[in-house]
Amino acid sequence: MAGEGDIKLLGMVVSPFVVRVRMALHRKGVSYEYVEQDLFNKSELLLRSNPVNKKVPVLIHGGKPICESLVIVQYADEVWSGKGASIFPADPHERAVARFWAAYVDDKLFPAYIGIMKAATEEARAEKAKEALVVLANLEEAFAQCSKGKPFFAGDSVGYLDLAVGCNLFWLEAIRKMFGVTFFDVGKTPLLAAWAERFAGTEMAREVVPDADTAVVFAKKLQARFGSNTSAK
Amino acid sequence: MADVMLLDFWASPFGQRCRIALAEKGVAYEYSEQNLEQKSELLLRSNPVHKKIPVLLHGGRPVCESLIILTYIDEAWPEMMPLLPRDPYARAQARFWANYIDNKIVDCQTRLLTTKGEAQEQAKKDMIGALKTLDSELGDKDYFGGQAFGFVDVAFVTLTPWFYTYEKYGDFSVEEHCPRIVAWAARCRERESVAKALTDPEKVYEIVQEEYGAN
Repeated sequence: MAGEGDIKLLGMVVSPFVVRVRMALHRKGVSYEYVEQDLFNKSELLLRSNPVNKKVPVLIHGGKPICESLVIVQYADEVWSGKGASIFPADPHERAVARFWAAYVDDKLFPAYIGIMKAATEEARAEKAKEALVVLANLEEAFAQCSKGKPFFAGDSVGYLDLAVGCNLFWLEAIRKMFGVTFFDVGKTPLLAAWAERFAGTEMAREVVPDADTAVVFAKKLQARFGSNTSAK
Repeated sequence: MADVMLLDFWASPFGQRCRIALAEKGVAYEYSEQNLEQKSELLLRSNPVHKKIPVLLHGGRPVCESLIILTYIDEAWPEMMPLLPRDPYARAQARFWANYIDNKIVDCQTRLLTTKGEAQEQAKKDMIGALKTLDSELGDKDYFGGQAFGFVDVAFVTLTPWFYTYEKYGDFSVEEHCPRIVAWAARCRERESVAKALTDPEKVYEIVQEEYGAN
């Protein structure tokens, strides 16, 4: 079994993918050195550690880099399998279902809400908001199937899919503040709305998730830098 | 219904990945050819979110998305022919490269085959770059994971019959840029599971021209 050894996480404060990894490391009870990256001026260390995609997060364990947030989360659960809480369920089919929905979130939810932020017209924004709501409707169904009446996607406590979805919540809140989009309508997605509050209230989330306002400030900086026709509130 | 069933389409490189994995593991299964123009009740029920093949049904429970199916096959039948290595770091590398293949190669493929002019030129550049990255990652190893045929090999080998089509559409030679990948593909084709699963490259070219219009 690997010891903790030298662990570094290259991240960026408002990246939901970095937050996802920080949540996983919290669940495993692993301490690490967090190194904030400037994505507009990428460090030698980042470029050397992730030459293929040049992105964060990158976990560097004993000098060896692991890239891609979902890959890192799985790595953490395996390499520190004796520590902290289990992130993955034991059953292969349950694992496959969790992986399916995590991939779905990254393929469909993230581009939709980023699209809301980047939209150049009100129509484009409304289109992206609609897409996001379709995704959340599907996740509502997924929650019903996976949780089987328990508080989290994974059951009694947070697991892989909770982390995969939950790391995006602070951005959804930031976008709600900026553009007035309601993502969690208790009428339409009651299970997800309740889960989102519950998730945000966990000790893990309170320790690791940045304030939505931090994301708002970042988004406004991006808009100023790259120019945007539509203004946020 | 058989205990293990694969909903698939004969020419799908994603479905072929699953066929190779099941064959390598010696798992008996029922292959069910799907009509993608008129999707079956079973397919729509098994994959309501994406409505796509492949879908693996094990004891009636569906698993969707080819790389997730590969991982499932490896976990459900762990004793025979492991696809992923044991070491967590090596496993992470395998997952990273399999994702790279799905994100980069597949995206470049779509753009290379469906665009023209500048967009196609860019797609060609990106495709060559991605293939060279994989060639460099393979290096002098027999397989991506080292000495044993494994996860990344299964993920990538089913796209190799498409090289001929990339070359026709992009007017370049894969072998010129990635000789190690070409040698690796030939090595993989010596395995019965692979030889049986892959579509003939000329046939792929024919299908692509029908689907996207002639080059």
